Order: sequence, then structure tokens, then C-alpha cells
Amino acid sequence: MNVLPLKDDSVAAKHTTQFKVVPLRHPWRWTAAGLVAILMLLLTQAVVSNPNLQWPVVASYILNPIILQGLWITVGLTLAIMFFASVIGMIVALMMLSPSKMLSLPAAGFIWWFRGTPALVQLILWYNLSLIFKDITLWLPGLGTIFSIPTNTIMTPLVAAVVALSLHEAGYMAEIIRNGLKSVSRGQTEAALCLGMKPSLLLRRIVIPQAMRVIIPPTGNETINLLKTTSLVSIIAVGDLLYSAQAIYARTFETIPLLLVVTFWYLVVVSIMTVGQSYLERYYSRDEAGHDSAPVGLSRLGLILTMREKWRGAQ
Amino acid sequence: MKTNHFERFGVSSSVMIHASDVRKSYGSYEVLKGVNVSVPNGSVACIIGPSGSGKSTFLRCINHLEDINSGLLLVDGDFVGYRLKDDRLHELRASQICARRAEIGMVFQHFNLFPHMTVLENLMEAPVRVRGEKRAEARQHALELLRRVGLAEKASAYPRQLSGGQQQRVAIARALAMRPKVLLFDEPTSALDPELVGEVLSVMKDLARDGMTMVVVTHEIGFAREVADQLIFMDGGTVMEQGDPREMIANPKSPRTREFLAKVL
Repeated sequence: MNVLPLKDDSVAAKHTTQFKVVPLRHPWRWTAAGLVAILMLLLTQAVVSNPNLQWPVVASYILNPIILQGLWITVGLTLAIMFFASVIGMIVALMMLSPSKMLSLPAAGFIWWFRGTPALVQLILWYNLSLIFKDITLWLPGLGTIFSIPTNTIMTPLVAAVVALSLHEAGYMAEIIRNGLKSVSRGQTEAALCLGMKPSLLLRRIVIPQAMRVIIPPTGNETINLLKTTSLVSIIAVGDLLYSAQAIYARTFETIPLLLVVTFWYLVVVSIMTVGQSYLERYYSRDEAGHDSAPVGLSRLGLILTMREKWRGAQ
Repeated sequence: MKTNHFERFGVSSSVMIHASDVRKSYGSYEVLKGVNVSVPNGSVACIIGPSGSGKSTFLRCINHLEDINSGLLLVDGDFVGYRLKDDRLHELRASQICARRAEIGMVFQHFNLFPHMTVLENLMEAPVRVRGEKRAEARQHALELLRRVGLAEKASAYPRQLSGGQQQRVAIARALAMRPKVLLFDEPTSALDPELVGEVLSVMKDLARDGMTMVVVTHEIGFAREVADQLIFMDGGTVMEQGDPREMIANPKSPRTREFLAKVL
């Protein structure tokens, strides 16, 4: 049997430095990339040169006061609904985790009902609440009727929108929050209990901050989703971004340019939200990175705020 | 109001933990079948035994992480989860249980430090929020405790950045920050790499020397022999044998103890 001589390391090293290394070619990758580039050029040309898109009209409506008013309502609705949905979602999630069936079953029922029906159906249902309950009355035994108001005066389109979408969104938020709370290990709870922490303190200081890391990413997605879902409220005549655009093109018939304006603003807000989400994510996982570098975003924000305060003080 | 039941139950007032005929079941499975243990003030008791013998469960009963089904369990002359009134035991509200628990420190096998807080914040959280100590005072005390466990320079680190042994030393300091009457250790070195066990045991030895009352569930027979005032061997939910550690390790009386010690020594 022939025994191969052991290769000397220095010889091998000399070989690799002596010869030129030829990288592997990827002809198909280049072909595909070229095809995509050509398609994109064609698409850009079709979009830019097409007179039907009326780019000058788009530009003239971007900062139109009616559009901006609608944008403001869309953003305001999203924030208000997300706030109520988070509060209700947190309550429902805590009920789900309760050992008492009288709390966990109704919570499960809530999620089943509000997550199981389409947002649009719920929106129209709440808007038409007066067909089910004519008046909203507070009646206490012994005291009689405290107040009674016709449902229609309370259930304005805006209120119906906030109530319907908050409850709908709360169904999703409850599941997200419950998942987050469950992700915090039992050892954390026990350690906090052993230090004498009350359940409320334990939840606020130990469980929720750790659950946030699991809760934030899906909540960011939900907020982006919700921003777009609020366009449904145009159905019940709430003056959001889409409704404002519709109101204009119903008069001027500039349908496509105005829809492009709407698209533009939705993309702008979603982009801002995405940046905000990544800052929040970094803030809540600050213990994972080196502790000096992690919360860059928020500390920078803090810097801006303190600078502004100083500036105010100087005035 | 706190009441002491030393006299009523014929327990000496120098006893920190008194358990007589403590029973605990999960469903139909009885984990503790009548445990009798007495830990005097300022002494160290080590509990050893095979896994499933109920030693950890007993420890968790002492600070009411588990409630017992029957028997008498007093810590510093008082019930942990209950209040005795008109010969009835009334279950305490969460806030009352917490007030009692705050006086009983616990150190866990897996440290259970709060990962989202720095070491210093871990130590200051409970004194400030539960005890209502002033931040400056709590900070001072925390730094002093960190010096004591040899980790003063890690005050601003996050738990994740520490080794297992360092994390466990921080966990001990965190328990001490509440100035507890008694410290419970649930297998404090079992999750550590062998070369890190020593640093944790040495901190525990210092505590014992300073007169801290300690109950330690452990597999470290060497530590028990050196530090413990009494060694308790549990098996099958009962205390099989207890007494002076050196004597018990040299001449175990029960055959089960002899068998167990032969395996771990």
C-alpha cells in the first residue's frame, strides 16, 4: 500500500498564494437580474409617461387642506383605536389567564366574537345600534332613571368607528398580550413574589416589561394593519383620508390622481411607524446588546427633548 | 397585626422555623407525608435527599409558594399564609402574604434575576417598591452588598453579561437587600459549572459565619459537613434522619441514608 507523504503546511500555504483563485461564475443569476432590470425600466416608463396618472394633479393635491384633514383623522383614529384596543386587550388577556372560569370563559367568548366577525360588518352593526337599542338609559333600583339619551345622538359615525374597530382590534390585542404574558418564565414571578412584591407591582415592574419584547413586534404589524383598516370607515361617512379623496374626486372626476395621493400618504405613515417600531423593539431588548449602545433611538429622542427644554428655558 | 404563637404551640422563641407533621399533596399524590423540622435562630440547616423526596417542596412551603394541606408550619412564631383567629385559620390576602414573604429571602437554582434590569436595579427594586426605602439609601445598601459578594464593579451590568456564579452571587445579594430574617436556598449550585460552585459556596459560608439563619437544599455534602448545624435527610416525603452533619455523614443510622451518602460522596 502506498502511503501518501504528509503535506507540509508551508508548502500548501505557498500554493494558495502562488495561484490565482477563479471565483465561480453565476450566469443565470446575471440573466435573471438583467431581465428584472428591463422589466422595471419598462414599468417606470409606463408609469411616468402615462398621461392618465396626471402627476401634476397628484402633486397639486398632496398638501390640499381637505386631504391633510383626512390624513389627520386617519392617524388620530388609528392611535385612539390602538389605545383602547390595548387597554381592553390587556384586561381580556388577564381575564383569560385567571384561574376562575367565570373570568376566562367570557374572555374567550369576547375574542371569539370580535375576532370572528369582519371589521366591516361590525362597523355597520355599531353604526346601526339604534335599530337594536332605541335609547341608552341608566336606571338604578330605588333611584329610577338617571338619564336616557336616544342612541342616535351618541352613535355618531366617528363614535361608531372608534367603538367597532377598538373592540375588533381588542380581540387581536388580547391574544398578542396573553402570549406575551405567558412567555415570561414562572421563575421570574416566583422570584418577585419571594421579594414580597404584590401581584399588581409584579405585573407592572417584572412581567409586563419582559412581555413587551414579545408583544411589540406583532403589535407593530397590527398598528400598520389597523391604519389601513380605518379606511373602512369611509363607508359610514367618517371623513378619513380615503373619504376626503373620494369627496374631491366625486366633484372633479380626478379619481386616479387622488387615489395616488391617498396611497402616498398611507406609505409615508407606514414608513414612520416602521421606524418607530424598530426603536421600541431595541428599547425593550436593551439588556441583550451591550448596555451602552442599545437604546440609541430613545436616548437621541431624549436628547432632543432636553435640548428643547433648555431652549424654552433660555427664552 | 403580627402575633406570635410560640407559647401556644409550645415552640421555643429561639426557633425560626418550626414544622410539625407538615403534609402536602398534589391531587392524590402525597409529596410531604408529615415533615418535622425545627431550625433555631441563627443556625444553618442543610436538607439533602434524592430527587422527588420533597425537599424542594418543603422549602417552597416555608415561604408559601406552595400551601400545605395539614400540619403546623411557623416562621418566627407566625403562620406564613394564614392568620389564626377564633381557632380558625383565615387565608391571608395577597398583600399580607407579601408582607410576610418580604422577611423570608429565597435563592433559586436558576438564579431568576430580572433580565431587563441592571444588577443594581435588581437589588434596589424590592427595597424601594416594597419596603418604601429611599432610593439613595437602597442604592448605598445595594452597593455595600455587592461589595460583600465581590461584585461591586458589576453594578451597571445586565444579568445576561455575568457568569452563572456571578449571577447567583447577585441573587444572594438581592435576597439580602430585603434584610430577611431567614434565607432559603433551593439547590443554589446545581445549575453551575463545577469551577463556579466554589465562589457561591464561599459567599454562603460568610453568611453562615455572620449568623444568618439559613435552610439550604443542596447536593454539596462537603458544604453541609463544614457549615451546617444540622443535616436533614429526606426521602419519600418524610425526614428519615436528622442530626449533627459530621456524625451523620460518618455513621448514618438509617440504611437509606447510608445508601444515599454512598452514592453522592
